[in-house]
Amino acid sequence: MKIKINGKKTETNQSTLFSAAAEFGCNKPNTVAIINGFQTSKDVDIKENDEIVLIEKGKMPDKDEFEAMLSARHTPKVYEAAKNSRVAVAGLGGLGSNIALMLARTGIGTLHLIDFDVVEPSNLNRQQYMIRHLGMNKTDALKEQIMQINPYVNVICDCKKVDDKNCAELFKNDEIVCEAFDNPEAKAMLVNNLLENKSDVFIVAASGMAGYEKSNSITTKKITDRFYVCGDGTNEAKQGRGLMSPRVTICAAHQANAVLRIILKEFDV
Amino acid sequence: MICINGVKIEKASIKLSEYLNENNLSASRIAVELNGEILPKSKYDETVLIDGDVVEVVNFVGGG
Repeated sequence: MKIKINGKKTETNQSTLFSAAAEFGCNKPNTVAIINGFQTSKDVDIKENDEIVLIEKGKMPDKDEFEAMLSARHTPKVYEAAKNSRVAVAGLGGLGSNIALMLARTGIGTLHLIDFDVVEPSNLNRQQYMIRHLGMNKTDALKEQIMQINPYVNVICDCKKVDDKNCAELFKNDEIVCEAFDNPEAKAMLVNNLLENKSDVFIVAASGMAGYEKSNSITTKKITDRFYVCGDGTNEAKQGRGLMSPRVTICAAHQANAVLRIILKEFDV
Repeated sequence: MICINGVKIEKASIKLSEYLNENNLSASRIAVELNGEILPKSKYDETVLIDGDVVEVVNFVGGG
């Protein structure tokens, strides 16, 4: 029967995972076995078209196998859809830096990163940057990290401030846009501009994630067929209520999952 | 009846600008969905909500 091992189509007469692994030359004790997205230490029967990934711990795989291994824990077919998609992340602060790294781990084919600012110390309480990034453009700092996580993501950087005039040009090739700004007027400007002028766009925005209020008050709401908003809708950043990593990251994860669901054509919330 | 952000308002009509004022909503920080479509900002002033309209006003607050 035909199966896929480490991304390569293979013919086998074996009927179980471990026997197929042995045939492939993998000795069990040092090998992680993943079948159809599920890691298992038990031998299981295999069937036609199963996707098996065998990873020898501590060994750097060759380039061909590496991408199959990166996606081994995804549900089958998710990686293909992710790989063929493009997502823009507008604003690379607490929301955008987290969203971009989650989407890179998910294997999004092209990430379009937009931010005008540089990394500074007060970012480190919630944004996915490190001391070595201080002073760097956020676009460059994030791209560097993405290349360390998934070098097969095509990253396009625009170190620019988004305004009403450059919106159309900046996002002309983006069908899915994450609004991840900090400033409420900038958030409203981007959402209104794109929804009014770009009929094919999906926008996933955020409002309200400051402080340490309840995690479960953060939700994803579908406003129109093409407009989703994540957050609690009310808790703004202000004196006495700062932006903290846990809730900002929860909101970013809502946005990233909303994007993934759009890519997989699951449009309800 | 007009439904705004899930709240039913027993009025035959209400000006959108009036509703925004009463609820301290700034036009520069919101997006308005009217019956499934985004309402362009240029129409905020002239829009009168009428019986049967379903409206969602998304208020953007700072933080990200």
